[in-house]
Amino acid sequence: MKKYLGPLSKDNPILVQTLGVCSALAVTAQLKPAVVMALSVTVVCACSNFIISLIRNTIPPRIRIIVQLLVVSFFVILVDQMLQAYLYDVSKMLSVFVGLIITNCIVMGRLEAFALSHKPLPSLMDGVMNGVGYGLVLVVVAFFRELLGSGTLWNHPVVPQSWYAAGYLNNGLMILPPMALILVGSIIWVKNGVGDGKLRN
Amino acid sequence: MPKKFNALLDAMDTFLRTPATVTEGRCHVRDAVDMKRIMITVMIALCPALFFGWWNVGYQHFLSMGYAPTVLGAAWYGFLKWLPLVIVTYVSGLGVEVLFSQIRKEEVAEGFFVTGFIIPMIMPPDVPLWIVALATAFAVLFGKEVFGGTGYNFLNPALLARAFVFFAYPSVISGDKVWISAGADAVTGATPLALVMNGHPEALPSTWELFLGTIPGCIGETCKIAILIGAAILLFTQVADWRIMLTVVAGGYATALICNLAGLCPAAAHQQLLMGGFLFGAVFMATDPVTAAHTRTGKYIYGLLIGVLAILIRTLNKGYPEGMMLAILLMNIFAPLIDYCVIQTNVKRRRRVKT
Repeated sequence: MKKYLGPLSKDNPILVQTLGVCSALAVTAQLKPAVVMALSVTVVCACSNFIISLIRNTIPPRIRIIVQLLVVSFFVILVDQMLQAYLYDVSKMLSVFVGLIITNCIVMGRLEAFALSHKPLPSLMDGVMNGVGYGLVLVVVAFFRELLGSGTLWNHPVVPQSWYAAGYLNNGLMILPPMALILVGSIIWVKNGVGDGKLRN
Repeated sequence: MPKKFNALLDAMDTFLRTPATVTEGRCHVRDAVDMKRIMITVMIALCPALFFGWWNVGYQHFLSMGYAPTVLGAAWYGFLKWLPLVIVTYVSGLGVEVLFSQIRKEEVAEGFFVTGFIIPMIMPPDVPLWIVALATAFAVLFGKEVFGGTGYNFLNPALLARAFVFFAYPSVISGDKVWISAGADAVTGATPLALVMNGHPEALPSTWELFLGTIPGCIGETCKIAILIGAAILLFTQVADWRIMLTVVAGGYATALICNLAGLCPAAAHQQLLMGGFLFGAVFMATDPVTAAHTRTGKYIYGLLIGVLAILIRTLNKGYPEGMMLAILLMNIFAPLIDYCVIQTNVKRRRRVKT
């Protein structure tokens, strides 16, 4: 069980492997799209890990990337269609970034590194955990960006009106992508400094 | 108490005077002009612009209220506006700095004294204090300390603080209400720069007014005479490099001339140079020895590009009338690359001569 918990912290896809950073910067201006994005990546990662692991002994090694891409694209299109059908507004907000899950390094990385050499159920588990590890960072970043940048959480205003009356202003820089990069950097900084200090050496 | 707060105690001990202790150990030449002396020189050079800034803040305020103040009255008003700004800047910036020196067990570096002196001079007089504190802390933390402290910062921290305010809280640093301290509501106090760039060529003050600095603006940027006095001090003591100052002005003048002739901007080239923070940036910001290019050829390229970009951003993007800040920050990022290219070219040329 312990080896599956790695992606949450010690082996976090964003914080340690620095994979999937592009989408983490793009979709975290608000909490809602970030959560939907995290769930989508988790579903895609888990399902494609499972399928690839099932057929891992029949894939010819020379065309394995093509087969992996086919499987991943299948699930991404499925997720995209689901979002458009049931969560149209969020789907609009995420725009191309759902489609770009196909090229998300985390998904391909897990297929190559794990699913090709492990049994289906562990692969499924690995996919879920990596998706959750990615999602955790997204949610933390989006929480701060929406709270400080728009004064809302999940589109509900949380900063009291009296603060604005007293001169408080929303931080416009939080909405812009550079601040997402600085926030991710700060999380890595805190993690390396406070958590396991092994990375520093 | 002794060892634990060494960083703080040492900083206070050597603040304005040299202590009697000498360097121990091996051969180690210490010049009388160390970092502290350089910083003090820059602060002295900034003083004329600051004194004029006090007066101008008061003058603009009383003018908008409709009566003419005495010189001392205006200066006192401006001083009272400036004092809280500078206190907040130093408390917030030095707080972060001392904290990091304490963690790193190093001396508190002097770099912040100038940064903290410049930050209030490039803010509008009425900017909320908590924003100044936040911007300063942000600039020191993410512009300097995460890269290793003074001497390792590749961005000018004072400009970074201003850029932070500009992008995070645009309403307090742009528009036509912020440049006159507590101005009457009916009077718009847009800077001449913003007005001219947004299609009001008639708002252009005379060249003399621009030069003298009796126009709304940041505290330190308006009086060009005071800035030139500062430039003279910096050049005479060789604290700043004349190559950068000269090329910034040359690049800016050439670009402004072209923009004017092409009909993009109604202001004449020499008026462009006198507007906004162009001269202040050229003298005090672009010449920052840490963030500027270090090679001689590199300095020419660096300065020229700052001048060209500043005027281009001003004329072509109406949303950013203050192009100087963005141009300097951008070139700060490119300065190491310029140096690298200059050195590599040199290496290649000398190799060719040898063979």
